Amino acid sequence: MVKKIEEGSHAVADVVRLLNPGVLAMYPITPSTHIPERLSEFEANGELGGKIIRVESEFSAISAVVGASARGIRAYTATSSQGLALMHEVLFAASGMRLPIVITVANRALSAPLNIFNDWQDSISERDSGWLQFYGEDSQEVVDLMIQAYKIAEDKRVLLPTMVCMDGFFLTHTYDVIDVPEDLKGFVPDYKPEHAFLDPKKPMTQGAWAMQEPYFKLRKELEEAQRSIFPVIKEVHDDFAKVFGRSYGDGLIEVYGEGDNAVVTMGSFSTNLKVLADKLGFQVIRIRCYRPFPDKELAAALKGKESVAVFEKDVSYGTGHGAVYNDVRTVYNGKMVNFIVGLGGLDVPVSALEKMYKQVPEMKDAETRWQI
Amino acid sequence: MVGGIIKDVGNISSNKTGSWRTFRPVVDKNKCIGCGTCKMFCPDVAIEIVDGKAIIDYDHCKGCLICKSVCPVGAISSEEEAK
Repeated sequence: MVKKIEEGSHAVADVVRLLNPGVLAMYPITPSTHIPERLSEFEANGELGGKIIRVESEFSAISAVVGASARGIRAYTATSSQGLALMHEVLFAASGMRLPIVITVANRALSAPLNIFNDWQDSISERDSGWLQFYGEDSQEVVDLMIQAYKIAEDKRVLLPTMVCMDGFFLTHTYDVIDVPEDLKGFVPDYKPEHAFLDPKKPMTQGAWAMQEPYFKLRKELEEAQRSIFPVIKEVHDDFAKVFGRSYGDGLIEVYGEGDNAVVTMGSFSTNLKVLADKLGFQVIRIRCYRPFPDKELAAALKGKESVAVFEKDVSYGTGHGAVYNDVRTVYNGKMVNFIVGLGGLDVPVSALEKMYKQVPEMKDAETRWQI
Repeated sequence: MVGGIIKDVGNISSNKTGSWRTFRPVVDKNKCIGCGTCKMFCPDVAIEIVDGKAIIDYDHCKGCLICKSVCPVGAISSEEEAK
């Protein structure tokens, strides 16, 4: 174990190199850029096992990755914001074809107005694409999630593409003390596909046309697959903890502190909320696995709370709330309020969170307030 | 069938598309010289040359009439499908 002071993006590139995808197709976009940049350096130095395909857009990047995965090869890409939005169409193909691709999303606001800074609107907008979504609190967790993500995605019980989300700039461009394993200790075995591969002796059709009935059944299967894999995510998380000595709640949600009132959130500014929780005495429940949505675990964690406040950096436009609030509402019927914060990279310091959290007693159930 | 992957490939012949047809190509066996041009151009692989004459598989012919336009001796005509 070697802990290094490293930039979040570079730590991700380090762990991707270890995970040894055969094909990497990336179209650099801020703030994910340092990941392909570092991986290209590895390739130039002859230190990368896989091949980087130079593509002309994010649509091409994800298409190349889908092709590689359908061929039976572990594949990787990284993107942000407009790049992820441009991938939108192909994301549904990847999940429909049950290809275990893993991508790193460096979360960034969507245009317009044009903005390169962090919020979650890009990946939140893909929450219904059939992909798994994990959100890391710090770069160490993102590194650990990358390892777990391939193991989860490629598990025969899962076979679903996966987004590992990290807050742009706050994690991608900051230096932290990070333990990037020197080897994976066999934790993630080589990908040996049994369902989707290219072999002239065993020809197959992938991504075929389907009439109403088979289409309906396959889409139902996709949802059933999502809903059935909670035990796999927990199992991989627990096994990871045994091998690498780090754990994050139960792998789905992390409960921090105690209190009659709870805050639900995700991502890097959970740390600020934990600092505030120490001062004000509420409990922080951080969603680590957002898709599939861990409703049972959240319902159990929120049971009997006097109030729940959801802090998030996204909006489900037209609903009056953020997407996370709307999801959490399905498992909690008590007083629940919503704070929309940090859009377009607006800083969310502890002082701002404290000012907002102190408004909870005066707020009505289902009320949403905005940071500014 | 995870992800809708089809492993028993080559099953297109079980998907009968003849009912899509508006116009039906008809071969005049007296004119047909069995050259195989129509077979080569048919996008649905619905023509075979049997005993020197073109035979159309009406279960799969979609009625595009490419065969009619490429026939060098004008042996293929078309009829509107009966309503």
